[in-house]
Amino acid sequence: MPHNHDDHHHDNELDPMAARVRALETILTQKGLVDPLAIDAIVETYETKVGPRNGAKVVAKAWVDPEYADWLKRDATEAIASLSYTGRQGEHMQAVFNTPDTHNLVVCTLCSCYPWSVLGLPPVWYKSPPYRSKAVIDPRGVLGEFDLILPATTNIRVWDSTAELRYLVVPMRPAGTEGLSEGQLADLVTRDSMIGTGLALAPGAA
Amino acid sequence: MNGPQDLGGQMGFGPVAPEKDEPLFHADWERRALGLTIAAGAMGHWNIDESRHARESLHPADYYSSTYYEIWIKALEILLERHGFVSVQELKEGHSLGKGTEPKRVLKAENVAAVLAKGGPCDRPVAAPPRFKVGDRVRTHNFSPQTHTRLPRYARGKSGRIEAVRDGFVFPDTNAHGKGENPQYVYTVVFPATEIWGDEADPTLTVSIDAWENYLEPA
Repeated sequence: MPHNHDDHHHDNELDPMAARVRALETILTQKGLVDPLAIDAIVETYETKVGPRNGAKVVAKAWVDPEYADWLKRDATEAIASLSYTGRQGEHMQAVFNTPDTHNLVVCTLCSCYPWSVLGLPPVWYKSPPYRSKAVIDPRGVLGEFDLILPATTNIRVWDSTAELRYLVVPMRPAGTEGLSEGQLADLVTRDSMIGTGLALAPGAA
Repeated sequence: MNGPQDLGGQMGFGPVAPEKDEPLFHADWERRALGLTIAAGAMGHWNIDESRHARESLHPADYYSSTYYEIWIKALEILLERHGFVSVQELKEGHSLGKGTEPKRVLKAENVAAVLAKGGPCDRPVAAPPRFKVGDRVRTHNFSPQTHTRLPRYARGKSGRIEAVRDGFVFPDTNAHGKGENPQYVYTVVFPATEIWGDEADPTLTVSIDAWENYLEPA
């Protein structure tokens, strides 16, 4: 009698990567080289504390406060640190501002450099060969995959983060947001708009 | 090195395919992979450049068929073995077979917040003044080292313009190989797409890299 494929599946079996990572953690823990509670704390940091809401608050503040925007332009590391967003993969920050003439897009063609302190951990597509290969040669094609079609006359500037500077795109403030609070504005700032693969949302779309 | 990591302008990888409402992790082992990579790095026995070089030194077929957390774990095993913390036999058996290298330090849970908030700044003072200034025309070197470099292939032997003079930074090409930090100024160099990709390139496109001074000469 033919086996049903599902007969071979056991819920308690680890797939190869899960087994490999568990083995590595076991060895390092037994040797006292890593503390499993430290791993928990690292994961918790990026699951609950450090993510794109940080960057959204930076952008919203820059939209409502010209002095802050100017500071962000001159010294993004310090301006962002003033909101308590500091640390790993945000040590050296540069903010790049979209204008009606120029749209900015950030990539790391050589690995997966990304401004963790303001955006958290990068999405899979940012780290994967399709994006990393195409962003520098066909950015309009990439933007099309995000349903972002820019006028043919808009200049596209791609920033390949090949060194230790990490780039935060400051999208343009959407029209019709004059009456919104800084908090409401932050809700319009998506992660993708701070990478350059999106725009800030129109009010009512958040 | 001209390894699998150097992806700019390569073709044939298919669509970017962003995932709607993508979760932060796609499996629980990815959480542990992230934590292990950071915690093991915090022992202080290798630097970020050596880590990157370990990742890009994976066989291209392995690199391209691995997710990014898989690449991290495979490279982490190589680093741990290289520095005497684990043996191949231990990785095979999945448990410790005895002591290895004594770590400089071990990251404890109570220190995680402070360590992550501090990060690992790579800027360093450089005694000499910068060789280039904003607006200068420069040409990138054309070279193909077997060792680590952060000058991507697509931007080698190209003419561009200095748009910003950055701080001095640790030089990855030597730092990845235990040959010292040798800090140098970093410059943001901008190229028209036509300089990189040819006459048919999008005339509205410019691409910049951040280049260490050693990568540049006056054009």
